[in-house]
Amino acid sequence: MDALLLSRIQFGFVITFHILFPAFTIGLAHWLAFLEWRWLRTQDGKWRDLYFFWLRIFAISFGMGVVSGIVMSFQFGTNWAVLSERAGAILGPLLSYEVLTAFFLEASFLGVMLFGWNRVSPKLHFLSTCMVALGTLFSTFWILAANSWMQTPQGHEVVDGMFVPVDWFAVIFNPSFPYRLAHMVLAAFITTCFVIGGVSAWYLRRGVHVEEGRRMLKLAVAFAAIALPLQVLVGDLHGLNVGEHQPVKLAAMEAHWEHGEPGAGVPLILFAIPDAENENNRYEVAIPRLGSLILTHSWDGEVEPLTAVPASERPPIAPVFWGFRIMVGLGVAMLLLALASAWAWRRGWLFESRWLLDGWRLLSPAGFIALLAGWYVVEIGRQPWVVYGLLRTSDAVSPNITAAAVMTSLATYAVAYAVIFGAGIWYLLGLVRKGPQPFEEPPRTEGGDKTPARPLSVGEREHASTEPASTAPAGTAPTRTEGP
Amino acid sequence: METATWLPVAWYFVIGFGVMMYVLLDGFVLGLGILAPFAEDGDQLDHMMNTAAPIWDGNETWLVLGGTGLLAAFPRAYAILLSALYLPVLVMLVALIFRGVAFEFRFKARRGKRFWGGAFAAGSMVAAFAQGVILGALVEGMPLEEGKYLGGALDWFSPFSMLTGVAVVFGYALLGAGWLILKTEGRLQQVARTVTRPLVLVVVAFMGLVSTWLPFLDSQVMARWFEGGNFWWLAPVPLLALVNAFWLWRAAMREGRDARPFLLTLSFFVLGFAGLVVGIWPNIIPPSLSIWDASSPPSSQGFTLVGLAILLPIILGYTAWSYSVFRGKIQADAGYH
Ligand code: HDD
Ligand code: HEM
Ligand code: HEM
Repeated sequence: MDALLLSRIQFGFVITFHILFPAFTIGLAHWLAFLEWRWLRTQDGKWRDLYFFWLRIFAISFGMGVVSGIVMSFQFGTNWAVLSERAGAILGPLLSYEVLTAFFLEASFLGVMLFGWNRVSPKLHFLSTCMVALGTLFSTFWILAANSWMQTPQGHEVVDGMFVPVDWFAVIFNPSFPYRLAHMVLAAFITTCFVIGGVSAWYLRRGVHVEEGRRMLKLAVAFAAIALPLQVLVGDLHGLNVGEHQPVKLAAMEAHWEHGEPGAGVPLILFAIPDAENENNRYEVAIPRLGSLILTHSWDGEVEPLTAVPASERPPIAPVFWGFRIMVGLGVAMLLLALASAWAWRRGWLFESRWLLDGWRLLSPAGFIALLAGWYVVEIGRQPWVVYGLLRTSDAVSPNITAAAVMTSLATYAVAYAVIFGAGIWYLLGLVRKGPQPFEEPPRTEGGDKTPARPLSVGEREHASTEPASTAPAGTAPTRTEGP
Repeated sequence: METATWLPVAWYFVIGFGVMMYVLLDGFVLGLGILAPFAEDGDQLDHMMNTAAPIWDGNETWLVLGGTGLLAAFPRAYAILLSALYLPVLVMLVALIFRGVAFEFRFKARRGKRFWGGAFAAGSMVAAFAQGVILGALVEGMPLEEGKYLGGALDWFSPFSMLTGVAVVFGYALLGAGWLILKTEGRLQQVARTVTRPLVLVVVAFMGLVSTWLPFLDSQVMARWFEGGNFWWLAPVPLLALVNAFWLWRAAMREGRDARPFLLTLSFFVLGFAGLVVGIWPNIIPPSLSIWDASSPPSSQGFTLVGLAILLPIILGYTAWSYSVFRGKIQADAGYH
C-alpha cells in the first residue's frame, strides 16, 4: 500500500471517530439547555436531576470530541500537504473562523457549565449552557462551509494552481452548503434524540427511573415526529442538489449505469450488487419509474448515467450505493417508529407497548449509523476528486511522506483510539446504567471529606461505580434485549 | 505600504501571539502533568488536576488557532512544516489525546484511576518533549528548494532538537510549579515551592546551552542577533531574562505573595519567546522561506484578520471571565461547584 491509500484510510478512520462525538454533543448541548430552562422555569427537581445526568454524559463525549478534533486540524498538513498549500487560502480562513467563533466559546463556557454550578448565578449558568450550544452550531456552520466548498467549489480563481478566494460570500454560501448544513444539524439532533429515547425506553422496560423515563420518552417522541419528516424533506432536496452539481455522484448513489428505453424513466433500485468491471448490476430488484419520481420529481425524468463519464472519473460505486440505502432505510425506520409512537401516545398506551419500547431501544444507535453512512456517501461519492472537478485526491497527498511513516501513524491512531474510545464508551454506558440520581447538595466541608468533590463525581461515590466491577450486568448496552 | 507587504507582517505577529498564548497557558497545564510524579498521593494529583480542570480546554484551543491561522495565512509553511515533521507531530497529538481525556476519565474510573493518572503524566511529558523537538527542528532550519522540502522523514532528529525537547519539558514544569503556588495552599503548595528553585537553575542552564549552541548551527537565528547593530538593541532581552530568573529564584520561597512566582515565570517565558520570534524573522521557516514567500493572497489574510480583530478581544474577555469564576485557591476537598 502506498502513502496515498494509507492516508485516505487514515483520514476516513480519524474523521469517522471524530464526527460521532460532535454529532452527539451538538444535540446534547441543546437538550441540556432545554432541561436547564425547564428547571429554572418550574423549579421541579426532576429536571435538575436529568440535567446533571446528561451533563456527565456530555462531559465525556465532549472531551472525546475535542481530542479527536485536534488531530483533525493537523491532518490536512501532515497528510494532505498539496491540498493545504493550494486550497489553504480558502480552507484556512474558514477553519480559523471556526476556532474564533466556536471553539473558544465552547471551551470557555464549558468550564463554567461543568464546574460553576455554585460559583455563578443560575441565570449565568444557564447562559453558559446556551453559549456552549451556540458554539456547537457555529462550529457546524464553518466546518460544513469548508467541506461544501470542496464539494461544490465557487467564488475563487485558480492562479498558478492555487485557489485564490475572490468572493467570500460565494465561497461560504456555495450551492451545496445550505442543504448540507440543514441536513447535518437535523441529523445531529435526531441522533441525540434517539439515544435519549432509547435510554428512556430501556429504563421503562426495566421498571427503573420510571418517572424520568416517561418524561424523556415523550419529549423524544414529540421531537422525532417533527424532525424526521423534515429530515426526509431536506434529504430529498439535498439529493436534487447533488443531481444538479455532482451528477456522477448521484448516478453512483443509484447505481445507474445506462439510460433505459426513451421515456421509461429511471427505476428505483432496491437491491443490487454493482459490478464496476462489467458496468452493470447483478441481482437487481427495482421498481420502475420510482427513481425518476424521487430524483427529478417527474414520471420520466432522466439522470445522467455512470457510463456518460470515463471509468477514471467515477467513484467506487458499491459503498456509495449501499451507504445511501443504509441511511435512507434507517431514516424511514426512524420515521415509522416516531409516527407509531406519537399515535400510541395519543391513544394512551405508549408506555405499555413492549413493541414500541423495544423499537426505541433497537434504534438508539440508528442515528449514528445513518450519519456515518451519509458521510460515506458524500465523501466517497466525490472521488476521485478532493476539490470537486479541480484537484484530484491522488494529487493532493503530501509528496514527501513515506508509506512507512503513514503506516506507523495509522497503527498508532488505531491503538490509541481503541484504548481511548473503548474506555470512553465504557464509562458512558456505566453512567447510563446508573441513571439519573437525586441531586445532593455538594459537601461544603472544610477538611474531613477527602474525596475530590468535582460535580461530576458527586453522587457517584455512594452508588455503584461505573467500572466493570459494578453490580450491573457487564456489557449492558442500552439496546440489549431482555426478557419481559 | 502595499497590503501584500504589511499583511504578512501582521500575521507573523498574530501567529507569534497565538503560539505564545498556547505556550504560556497550556504550558502550565502540561507542567502539572510533568510534576505529577511529585504528587505525594492520589488525592494530591486529583487536587493538581482540579486546579486546571475548568480551563484546560480553552488553553489548548490556542494550539488549534495557531494551526488554522498558519493554514490561513501561510499555507505553504503549514504544508511543509507538518509534513516534514510528520512523526513528532503525530507523537504530540497522540500524547495530547491521552492527557486530555485523563481529565474526564480519571474521575470516572475506579480501577483505572492509576492508569489515567499515569496517562496524564506521560501524555504531558511526551507532548512537551515533542513540542520542544518541533521547535528545535524549526530553529535549525529546513532544507528547501523552490518551496519544496528536501529532507527525509527523520531529518528533525538531531542532538539540538533533543536538547530543546528536554528544555521545554523543564520549562513547562516551571510554569506548572508557579501555577500550583498560586492556586493551592498547604502541603501541595510546599511541594511546588520546593521544586521551583532547582527548576529555575535547570531552565537557565538549558537556555544558556541553547544560546551557545546556536552559532554552531549555521542557521540564521544567530546571524540576526549579530548582524549590523542588532546586538546592541537586542542585548537587553537576555539580560532581562537573567534578572527575571533571579527574581523568580527569590520569590519562590517567599510566603504570601503567591501570585508572584507564576507571574515571573510567565514574563520569563515571554522574554525567551520574544528572542526567538525576533531571531526567526522575517522567515516563517528558516533558513529560506520568508513570510512573503509563504503568504496566502491578501483576500485571505485580510478576511481573516478582520474577524480576528473583532473576535479576539471578545475571546480574551470571556476567557478572563471564566478564569475569574474560578479565581482564588482551589481547595483539595472543598466542593468544587
Ligand atoms: C440521522 C441521520 C440521517 C438521516 C435519518 C438521513 N440522513 Fe441524509 N445524510 C446524513 C444524515 C442522515 C448526514 C450524515 O448528515 C449527511 C452527510 C453530509 C450531510 O450533510 O448529511 C447525509 C447526506 C445525504 C445526502 C448526500 C448529499 C451529498 O452527497 O452531498 C443525501 C442525498 C441525503 N442525505 C438524503 C437523505 C434522504 C432522502 C433521507 C431520508 C430518509 C436522509 N438523507 C436521511
Ligand atoms: C464528518 C464526517 C465525515 C466522514 C465520516 C468523512 C469520511 C471520509 C472518508 C471515508 C474519506 C475517504 C474517502 C476515500 O478515500 O474514498 C474522506 C476523505 C476526505 N474527507 Fe471526509 N468525511 C467527513 C467529513 C469531512 C469534512 C467535514 C471535511 C472537511 C472539512 C472532510 C474532508 C475530507 C478530505 C480532505 C478527505 C481526503 C481526501 C480523500 O481521500 O477523499 N471530510 N472523508
Ligand atoms: C476535517 C474536518 C474537521 C476538523 C479539522 C475539525 C476540527 C476540530 C477541532 C480542532 C476540535 C476541538 C475544538 C476544541 O479544542 O474545543 C473539534 C471539535 C468539534 N467539531 Fe470538529 N472538525 C472536523 C469535522 C467536524 C464536523 C464534520 C463537524 C460537524 C458537523 C464538527 C463539529 C465539531 C464540534 C461541534 C466540536 C466541539 C467538540 C464536541 O462537540 O465534541 N467537526 N473539531
